[in-house]
Amino acid sequence: MGKPTGFKEYPRATQKSDAAAERVKHYKEFEHTFETETAKVQGARCMDCGIPFCHGDTGCPVDNYIPEFNDLVFRGHLEEALENLHSTNNFPEFTGRLCPAPCEGACTLGINEPPVAIKGIERFIIDSGYKNGWVKPQPPKHKTGKRVAVVGSGPAGMAASQQLARMGHSVTLFEKNEKIGGLIRFGIPDFKFEKWQIDRRAEQMTAEGVEIKTGVNIGKDISADELLKTYDAVVLSGGAEAPRDLPIPGRELKGVHFAMEFLPQNNRKNAGIEVKDPISAAGKHVVVIGGGDTGSDCVGTSNRHGAKHITQLELFPMPPLERAASTPWPYWPMKLRTSSSHEEGAERLWSINTLRFNDDGKGNVKSLSCIRVEMKDGKFVDIPGSEFEIQADLVLLAMGFLGPVKNGMIEQFEKAGMQLDQRGNVKADFGDHAGAHRTSIDKVFAAGDMRRGQSLIVWAIAEGRKCANAVNAYLMQGK
Amino acid sequence: MSKKERKSQQNAVNPAATLAKSSAEMVHTTTTRTAMPWPTSPVGMYDPQFEKDSCGVGFIADLKGNKSREIVEKGLQMLMNLEHRGAVGADPETGDGAGILMQMPHDFMKVAAAEAKIALPNAGEYGVAFIFMPQDASLRKQVENIFEKIVVDEDLEFLGWRKVPVDDNVPGYGAKLTLPYVVHGFVGRGKFKGSAEDFERRLYLVRRVIDHRIRAELKLARAQYYVPSFSSRTIVYKGMLLAAQVPAFFKDLRHKEMKSAMALIHMRFSTNTFPTWDLAHPFRMIAHNGEINTLRGNINWMKTREAVMESPHYGPDLKRMLPIVMEGQSDSATFDTVLELLVMSGRSLPHAIMMMIPEAWSKNDLMSEERRAFYEYHATMMEPWDGPAAVSFTDGNVIGATLDRNGLRPARYIKTKDDIVIMASEMGVLEVPPEDIVLSGKLEPGRMFLIDLSEHRIISDDEIKDKIVKQQPYGKWVKDNMIKFADLPQPKDGHSPEHKTMLQRQRIFGYTKEDLLTVMKPMVVTGQEAIGSMGTDAALAVLSEKPQLLYRYFKQLFAQVTNPPVDAIREELVMELTTYIGPEQNLLDETPQHAHRIELPHPILENNQLLQLKEIAEGEFSAKVFNLHFNPVKKNDMRTQMDKICAAVCDTVRAGTNIIILTDRGVNKEIAPIPSLLGVAAVHHALIKSGLRTRTGIVLESGEAREVHHFALLLGYGANAINPYLAYETLHDLYKIGFMPELKEEAYIEKNYRKAIGKGLYKIFSKMGISTLQSYCGAQIFEAVGLDSEVVEHYFTGTPSRVEGVSLEMLEEEARRRHEEAFAELREGILASGGLYHYRVDGEAHLWNPTTIAKLQISTRNSDYKTFKEYTAAIDNQNKRRVTLRSLLDFDYAATPIPIEEVEPAKEIVKRFATGAMSFGSISWEAHTNLAIAMNRIGGKSNTGEGGESAERFVTLPNGDSLRSAIKQVASGRFGVTANYLINADELQIKMAQGAKPGEGGQLPGFKVDKIIGKVRHSTPGVTLISPPPHHDIYSIEDLKQLIFDLKNINPRARISVKLVSESGVGTVAAGVAKAHADHILISGHDGGTGASPISSIQYAGTPWELGLAETHQVLVVNGLRDRVYVQADGQMKTGRDVVIAALLGAEEFGFATAPLVTLGCIMMRKCHLNTCPVGVATQDPELRKKFNGKPEHVVNFMFYIAEEVREYMAKLGFRKLSDMIGRTEKIITTRPKDHWKARGLDLSKLLTMQKPVYKTDLYRTKAQNHEIDKQIDNRIIEMAKPALDKQEPVQIQLPVTNVDRTVGAMLSGEVAKRYGDEGLPHDTIQISMKGNAGQSFGCFLAKGVTLKLSGQANDYCGKGLSGGKLVVRMPEKTTYTAPENIIIGNTCLYGATSGEAYFQGRAGERFGVRNSGVHAVIEGTGDHGVEYMTGGRVVVLGTIGRNFAAGMSGGIAYIWDPKKVHEKFVNMELVDIEDVTAERDADELLHMITRHKEYTGSARAAEILADWKNQIKNFKKIIPGEYKKALAALEDEAQKELEMVDESKLKVGAKNG
Repeated sequence: MGKPTGFKEYPRATQKSDAAAERVKHYKEFEHTFETETAKVQGARCMDCGIPFCHGDTGCPVDNYIPEFNDLVFRGHLEEALENLHSTNNFPEFTGRLCPAPCEGACTLGINEPPVAIKGIERFIIDSGYKNGWVKPQPPKHKTGKRVAVVGSGPAGMAASQQLARMGHSVTLFEKNEKIGGLIRFGIPDFKFEKWQIDRRAEQMTAEGVEIKTGVNIGKDISADELLKTYDAVVLSGGAEAPRDLPIPGRELKGVHFAMEFLPQNNRKNAGIEVKDPISAAGKHVVVIGGGDTGSDCVGTSNRHGAKHITQLELFPMPPLERAASTPWPYWPMKLRTSSSHEEGAERLWSINTLRFNDDGKGNVKSLSCIRVEMKDGKFVDIPGSEFEIQADLVLLAMGFLGPVKNGMIEQFEKAGMQLDQRGNVKADFGDHAGAHRTSIDKVFAAGDMRRGQSLIVWAIAEGRKCANAVNAYLMQGK
Repeated sequence: MSKKERKSQQNAVNPAATLAKSSAEMVHTTTTRTAMPWPTSPVGMYDPQFEKDSCGVGFIADLKGNKSREIVEKGLQMLMNLEHRGAVGADPETGDGAGILMQMPHDFMKVAAAEAKIALPNAGEYGVAFIFMPQDASLRKQVENIFEKIVVDEDLEFLGWRKVPVDDNVPGYGAKLTLPYVVHGFVGRGKFKGSAEDFERRLYLVRRVIDHRIRAELKLARAQYYVPSFSSRTIVYKGMLLAAQVPAFFKDLRHKEMKSAMALIHMRFSTNTFPTWDLAHPFRMIAHNGEINTLRGNINWMKTREAVMESPHYGPDLKRMLPIVMEGQSDSATFDTVLELLVMSGRSLPHAIMMMIPEAWSKNDLMSEERRAFYEYHATMMEPWDGPAAVSFTDGNVIGATLDRNGLRPARYIKTKDDIVIMASEMGVLEVPPEDIVLSGKLEPGRMFLIDLSEHRIISDDEIKDKIVKQQPYGKWVKDNMIKFADLPQPKDGHSPEHKTMLQRQRIFGYTKEDLLTVMKPMVVTGQEAIGSMGTDAALAVLSEKPQLLYRYFKQLFAQVTNPPVDAIREELVMELTTYIGPEQNLLDETPQHAHRIELPHPILENNQLLQLKEIAEGEFSAKVFNLHFNPVKKNDMRTQMDKICAAVCDTVRAGTNIIILTDRGVNKEIAPIPSLLGVAAVHHALIKSGLRTRTGIVLESGEAREVHHFALLLGYGANAINPYLAYETLHDLYKIGFMPELKEEAYIEKNYRKAIGKGLYKIFSKMGISTLQSYCGAQIFEAVGLDSEVVEHYFTGTPSRVEGVSLEMLEEEARRRHEEAFAELREGILASGGLYHYRVDGEAHLWNPTTIAKLQISTRNSDYKTFKEYTAAIDNQNKRRVTLRSLLDFDYAATPIPIEEVEPAKEIVKRFATGAMSFGSISWEAHTNLAIAMNRIGGKSNTGEGGESAERFVTLPNGDSLRSAIKQVASGRFGVTANYLINADELQIKMAQGAKPGEGGQLPGFKVDKIIGKVRHSTPGVTLISPPPHHDIYSIEDLKQLIFDLKNINPRARISVKLVSESGVGTVAAGVAKAHADHILISGHDGGTGASPISSIQYAGTPWELGLAETHQVLVVNGLRDRVYVQADGQMKTGRDVVIAALLGAEEFGFATAPLVTLGCIMMRKCHLNTCPVGVATQDPELRKKFNGKPEHVVNFMFYIAEEVREYMAKLGFRKLSDMIGRTEKIITTRPKDHWKARGLDLSKLLTMQKPVYKTDLYRTKAQNHEIDKQIDNRIIEMAKPALDKQEPVQIQLPVTNVDRTVGAMLSGEVAKRYGDEGLPHDTIQISMKGNAGQSFGCFLAKGVTLKLSGQANDYCGKGLSGGKLVVRMPEKTTYTAPENIIIGNTCLYGATSGEAYFQGRAGERFGVRNSGVHAVIEGTGDHGVEYMTGGRVVVLGTIGRNFAAGMSGGIAYIWDPKKVHEKFVNMELVDIEDVTAERDADELLHMITRHKEYTGSARAAEILADWKNQIKNFKKIIPGEYKKALAALEDEAQKELEMVDESKLKVGAKNG
């Protein structure tokens, strides 16, 4: 398949972005999908490996048939490429924009050359699909008469709902917020992902028979018991929204916020939803604690607010510029990643432990006391005498999540006998085997962050799809 | 309904079948009365049915027809001189069989009968039954009673018994155990009044009737009651004897009155050591050297023919003789039986032979119309009995011999001035003074050699055949009656493709994206099957979680050792796809009506052709369609429907319909298709069982069949023609949606697809040595892996299947699941990925997957044993997704493990490890040398693969590392196989087959042959290198024995290894190999990797090593041969557990190929064949090679980690030494995968059988083979050549030579190479002159500096592997015949020769100069296939050439002297051009060579040409491959450029200075 010598002939290309100075002026997406010719040439770099590491368990969690669609793009069969892509991934426009692309980390070409631009190709396929009007609802030919409640409408819930609806089940998708999408709706800044794309999918899902109920908080508005009574199966596909806190002196000061207080406000504002007491970074010295993607999103948003100076702190040391020896190919490479938000301006500090937030005397944060750390015997220890202070008007905590929020629905299901795992997530297996995704109570299934813990969108979609298979197998038993 | 009831119901439906059936059953139920000392039925993996034999054969006849004592004595003498072609097993005194067939010695019989008080009538008025009787006297009495009674019942007179005096002390131990009581029964004419012919016929009838009666009443097996001969004209003396034992055992043979005008003799080499007395040759009419590959099909067809046979000679008596063919006979015996039937029912012996072994006629433009018509007519009656064969035959009046169409067995003859004719497998079996010889010839492919003793002359092939082909107006009969497809009217209506439903139907038939794009599309785009690489590591069909097509449960069988594969590409002239559909007529008659069949040029029908058949109304023809449908919801409906279809088909055929069309069109959501193969096989066997099969054709219209293997199976199980309608539709659809831009026109789809299938079928036939579809049809050349016996016995009767598995109910379940899956709405719009070839998460399970590759690379690179254990755990723990049979084996651990410190250290264990045979050429220099360094560091062995090895690697590096591969492979291409290469080896491995493509050759395209590879392979850069499918010096087991002997001679220190691939019967082959004196046997699994191979071969040929290894070990143990050979196993070995399983099943050494490559960076791209390996492992691209980042340490780590893991298991099992573990199958427990929906029926217990050896043996190699090289004449020569060897002083040696002196010169050459390397000695330093007829392999591997001259004749393989020496064979001075008309050397001379000179004064046999890559040779005439696959050197032919000259010749130049301008049509023009000799350089070269020829041989032909050189030069044609010409020009250009560059630089320097 493809062009056998393409990888020798063509260099890797990436998608073009608007200049940083320009893009920080707005909240629109600024990265542009490949031109058709570029996409074809990039597709030609794929070697159609005997073992495509991009596709297997070292690569794409949603099992995209990457070599296949690369070849289809190379040959110009875009409609077939879209069909192929959709056969494994319900929402490639999500992953094509937001996925960190473990596939590219596992790409065989990446052993000694820049990997194939898989993510860009994926996005190109779905963008072409929409442009040409190929993406259509796929309502089922037959209805099974089974009713399924899917609770939580992030990508896992969306994928589960869509799959189950296409299988002919009557699906109700519950969302506690005003719109569906979960973290990708309210967590991910619009400049990375414009939200009308979720609405577009919601429309498709509705046309396929999914009943979407927003603003309904299961556990509050509808009890777990009621859900169990009303539906033949229930999918728990909520998030892992409990944020990790930083319990150090001064945590209570004004101006210290969780990232997930800051980011959703912004998205709501952009969506024209009224927000009370918005947190603004305009003109401020912003410190973001946590070096991950959420931290990066805080940086990008703060810049767009017009922050004066942004500092991002990370406990871990700066990773190497190239793949670290500890994460050999084909594993996800540990290396220094510079996100588009970093390009827009931020100071990044590594190996920093925050000791306390300092008060300006009025209950507002004014600075952080930090100390440098080093790794000894597997533990971070402070380096004596390396203390220093950073000015801060706004501190954003982006240090990850601890699992699903326990009160409400989870509590109620726990009472009904549902177990959580050691990390506080809903206990269930992931996968395709018999019994996967089943929780410890009958007819209740779990998928996504609520089961896995905080993770990638692509994992969420994979979870939703596999969970749908499990639910279907359960519902169709003996049929 | 129970099985029993079903069976009885079938019988009720089929009353007409009862007769044939019950008589067939009668034979089946015959059991042995007394226990044989060894197994006569399968025990564990040992199955006597796989016994094969080959041999030496010959006859002597007096043209004058005088019966004399001398002829008998000389016959016996010949037998002894062919002894080296036979073999002995564990018991050196027990031969595999030897015997002699003579004219009835009336003078002797008179005396002998008189002694027994029997008065004999005149010669010809009585017959003698020569009988092997039971030793038990009372049983014998019963036999005698039956015999006497029937003789009288049939109007003959019983004259009396005579005990044949034998010396019971003569036979060996094994032979004595089954010693028969030998008698002569004398039968007179009595009331019988017919002619002499009629009397013979009556004796035949009597013999058959008696035979049936005795087997039925007394339940005697052949080993206890057998009639070697029963005739008034001939008599056979034979037994399980060595040659010299024959006259010693049979006192009769020493009697002075024992006289005959002819004697036909045979010396047998059986792969197995449990031959029985009856299996010895000659049979009643023939002695056979070779093998019938198509036996199963021939037997099935004969059985069904019997039902419609009628003979005017026998009338209703014929029925009493049925069945003619009995199960369980050897191929030769079966052949003899059918030949005898044809002759007894009225055809002449040569006529019958022509029917059974026809020449290759359809593509032979040189054959007369009449002869072609004869063959065409007879082809409608009987398929060829195909296989390598030299058959000698006689009826007492005529004696002759014929060769198969490929000419794969040797047969030489001479006539003396006293009118004695001697024919034998080799020259020199009887000493005849050269001056007495008036004719020296050899049999040619497909040709007959006949002596009529009453006419006192040799009758030429042309004369005898011309007479026979004119017996009837065969041509007219064919013309008037045969229906050619092209003449059928166009069909009325056609199927319009249903594109709307296509995807759904594709899903019903289980199509995957891989099927479409990886398998089918390339067939249309390239006109041939797709190529893949790196073997297979996917789940066996029976272990796969997914529903599999039935085809995947079958593996193609292939020829190895006992018979050769055919080269279907280069020797296409023997291949044939034409078949005939419609009813066959009475085999024993000939009428115009016999030709009334439909001739089908290609078995794959286009849609229109199928409709033509459906609508046929020509002559007697009518067709009826049956649906292969079942209801997927109804349980057991598949079985019900199949029973119904079979019954209905039988009724319809009985009522006169003669084309049965089975179709699976019309499937939908409610109707599922019955697997096509099941449908075809079921109907085929139902018709056979009812005796109706030859009355109809079976045509399949299938949506399921799509790849070559499918078609091969369908044809092999009885389909005559197949219409793959959905495959066509699919391909058209692919074209229409733009997926085939490579194809110019849509119209090519059918054409190319059918072409690809045709080529693929040829490849599959040829790997079993079969040439024609007609013989292949119904021949069942497959084995099943994972099917229940019930399924196999019922529908695939006679197919080997060892491990049980899936029942018919499970097959139905698979079909049902596939059907259900097809209607799963969610995936309606797409096809499944497949994932069989390329890994897919949702495809078939693979052991090599991202996780295992990653963990293996990381662990061996970082010296991280913990990660390595994760890797092995990921491979070994297959509970979730099973892939290998060994995953179903478990260990019976010791109650108390031993401390691991007490287990032998890893550094000892790694010495048993080897890396696989991968050539430098298929993998990069970096990968190849890294493996060598690593294996040398640990004391294991690396393997050159088939590509030679450059001599610089033989020198140890300063740091102590060595790049030298300990194992040097000798494969069919013989690339770079020089004397120096061979002596620089610890092991010489003869590759009989390779796991990825057993039975096939290979090709290294010219663009991959760069300078270094060209040099190592002794070829020209840019010139394509072809590895032939067969070793052209191994067409049978005794040939292999010869090659082993050759290699042992040149390098006595090296172990000689033979590499075999696992398949049913491999154990028996291995036993033969052990008897042929190999030191080492490698059993390769089917799954091994390779650089490039057709994908169907990777998937569908061979079986897992677990099966082959267990069978090999068990058969070697039973035969008492296990301790003579090392046994090694390989094929996707990956973990310590794999090694332990292999050891317990019987291996003492272990090979790894893919895994070490992975440690060096291979990531299973499966792109080896494209040269685009992105990690520099399997590529020659200099840019990509730079990306190689492996190190020897990685391989060393791997080997030690494996050994460590082995130690862990050993500790738990309680073994301290690895050798203690070998063959200890009791330590293995088989587990049934109870949780697996379909694999739960697998039963591996046969793998674990502990065989009881008949002869004592250890369970691993403890004894050395006796190679008998100490008696070699070379020992003397070396002694005499000492001054030359030590001090380079010239020596002259003169010695006589005989045919028993084989491989003359090789051992000497080894000594030269050892001392002087590739350089050798100065030319002519050692000059050896010999007189006589030399044995095989004369001058083999002759090194530079040695000149070997023979005055006399030489046999096969003369000058094989010539390595710089000079070889001369000239006629003895007193010879009276002319050189160019007579044979002087045998077949396959100069095979794989690399350099040197050779001059032969006379003609050569077949395949002269095959794969020559550098020798300059002059010959005065060649047989067929001359200079085949030649890649370099010069060959001058001063005489006629045979057909197919220069086939596959990619390099070198041949000059033919052709004054009559007749030779061009003999040249295969595929690769070469024919030119005049115009260039001065060419003319000079030619003149020089012919001058040398005259000087060395005194050739009259050379003298004649040289005397008239100016004119004669115009009579020469130059034959040169186009590619070679270009390559030469390129080299010259380059040399020129270099020259110019030098000049330019000089100029520049000059300019500067100036």
